[in-house]
Amino acid sequence: MSAFEGEALSCARGGRVVFSRLDFRVRGGEALVLVGPNGSGKSSLLRLMAGLSAAASGRLRWNGEAVAADPTAHRRRLHYVGHLDAVKPALDAREILLFTARLRAGGGKARAAVSAALETMGIAHLGDVPTRYFSAGQRRRLALARLFVAPAPLWLLDEPRTALDAEAVARLDNAIAAHRHGGGLVVAAMHGGPYPPEATVVDLAAFSSPLQ
Amino acid sequence: MTAMKAFWRTVGRDLQLALRQGMDSFTAVVFFVLAVVLFPFGVGPEPAVLARIAPGVIWVAALLASMLSLERLFQLDYEDGSLELLALAPLPLEAAVGAKITAHWLTTGLPLIVAAPVLAVLLQMDAAGFVALVAALALGTPLLSLIGAIGAALVLGARRGGVLLSLLVLPLYIPVLIFGVAAVDAAVFGFAVRPHLMVLSGLLLAALVLVPWVTAAALRQALE
Amino acid sequence: MHRYANPGRVLRLSRTLVPWLGAATALLIAAGAYLALVASPADYQQGESVRIMYVHVPAAWMAMFCYAILAGASAVGLIWKHPVAELAAKATAPIGASFTFLALLTGSLWGKPMWGTWWVWDARLTSVLILFFLYLGYMALHSAFDDPARGAKAAAIMALVGFVNVPIIKFSVDWWYTLHQPASVFRIGGPTIDASMLLPLGVMAAGFTTYYFYVVLLRLRAEIVAGKIKALRLRQVYG
Repeated sequence: MSAFEGEALSCARGGRVVFSRLDFRVRGGEALVLVGPNGSGKSSLLRLMAGLSAAASGRLRWNGEAVAADPTAHRRRLHYVGHLDAVKPALDAREILLFTARLRAGGGKARAAVSAALETMGIAHLGDVPTRYFSAGQRRRLALARLFVAPAPLWLLDEPRTALDAEAVARLDNAIAAHRHGGGLVVAAMHGGPYPPEATVVDLAAFSSPLQ
Repeated sequence: MTAMKAFWRTVGRDLQLALRQGMDSFTAVVFFVLAVVLFPFGVGPEPAVLARIAPGVIWVAALLASMLSLERLFQLDYEDGSLELLALAPLPLEAAVGAKITAHWLTTGLPLIVAAPVLAVLLQMDAAGFVALVAALALGTPLLSLIGAIGAALVLGARRGGVLLSLLVLPLYIPVLIFGVAAVDAAVFGFAVRPHLMVLSGLLLAALVLVPWVTAAALRQALE
Repeated sequence: MHRYANPGRVLRLSRTLVPWLGAATALLIAAGAYLALVASPADYQQGESVRIMYVHVPAAWMAMFCYAILAGASAVGLIWKHPVAELAAKATAPIGASFTFLALLTGSLWGKPMWGTWWVWDARLTSVLILFFLYLGYMALHSAFDDPARGAKAAAIMALVGFVNVPIIKFSVDWWYTLHQPASVFRIGGPTIDASMLLPLGVMAAGFTTYYFYVVLLRLRAEIVAGKIKALRLRQVYG
């Protein structure tokens, strides 16, 4: 079973220590929810987990092995959905997902995977529409649909419910449940519940530290 | 093998985007033509004068056109989050950078090479210089895309990025300009063209090795 | 080297060194000025204008010396995340740019009586001009970000890219110059330098060097103190 853990993580931004000595541990099937006030470092921690930024101190481990030892393997095992939707207005939804599918999985079943992903997020009817006509919620659905085009065990989601309507939130919750059921790991920054069932909640405010 | 495929897919996506945006991507070559056409108005229509300055004018205009188009090389991907996804893809970021530079050259460098002989005719350039002009541009325009990519990555997120980019990149373009013009001048005056082209090839090889690596480092610190 | 990663230690070191460096600079530049303006003979070819060389040549040396330090400090700052090296690079850039500007200015002043014109597209002058642009680019990039840490990193990468390019630019400008060499240009200094010129040149160069270290330590001190003030302000905001 996969296990993702962080030990004594500290993060500094713009000369300020955002959080320090933070430990976490998620195993296959589990969910970790990051909460805390604005500026407490939820996004910073997710970016750090993704390997987009380096921790000021501390270690990340996957199945006991240091993540820093093989960053490529780490990138292969994660999906990161940040604040930005990475949606190109000139392309249609299918083209956008197809690029991700081929870049990450490379296999021949990319088209089928894309159709299934569009279905999962409830935007199958928008597959051939240029995304410049999409609403903010539809763009968010498309960004989340990337999670399904190429399977990866670790999902890092930064406020995934932003701009989503109730129907889409339900779809997302179901998808998260299915992912966990299949042994996947989910780390999500959230503002307010309901949190995924049996999720571990980490309040980042507890790790904010005064300056040295 | 899969890395190679992912590389060409990244090139393909950027080309697809460039084609969808239509005119947007071809503003570089339009600028190139306009900038060159301005010169006869500036220095007068005398054929001898135009023929003498033609190689230099074409090269300087190519430099500026390439630089202007570079600002968008990473900017849009940076703003909409695509760059983060590219940095998190299994493909090494160095290769993704190489793919984006390749696409940039195909959409801006290549049209410049095609347009240059027409402009050379307009400027009455000596026919002996045409082959050298195209050869030098074929070696020089990829160099411009490569060197410029470093600058484009460094100014991501900066205030007044465009002006800053020119300040960073234009001094580094000077060697390309010198050898590019020297090759054409040598052909026109009947000297050996090869040494100049050899130097350009050497610079191109060095840039091909070093630039993706430096640019990827610059992108990583921009995303941090 | 990691002993000097501690800003407090550097602060103490600079407090002891700065007065000595200041005194050495004043003495060396005074002695150099006396040797250059009074004690040394006029050149048989260049006349009194040769005295400009005693400022021009050390300034040009310092322009390159500072760029080497800028690149070295940037590399140390990038690779080992050495905070004082980052500050040293930032502190060096404006000094180097000033020396470069001084070299250009004195070159131009010397060129007017020698060449009859303020500016000649001489290979050396042109290379120094490009070096000046590299300095300007570094400083502009450093200050172009809202997050100073980003500016420091981006500028450090730029300094290294520029450092790799300096020899290429120098080589290409020399090549360009031999292609376009005008009919007659005086060679600066000529093939041999007389001992009577070597002494003032050496003393001035030593004075310029101590001046650099004097100013860079002062600037470093100011940067460290500014950093402390910023930390205090942040503490007020975040408690």
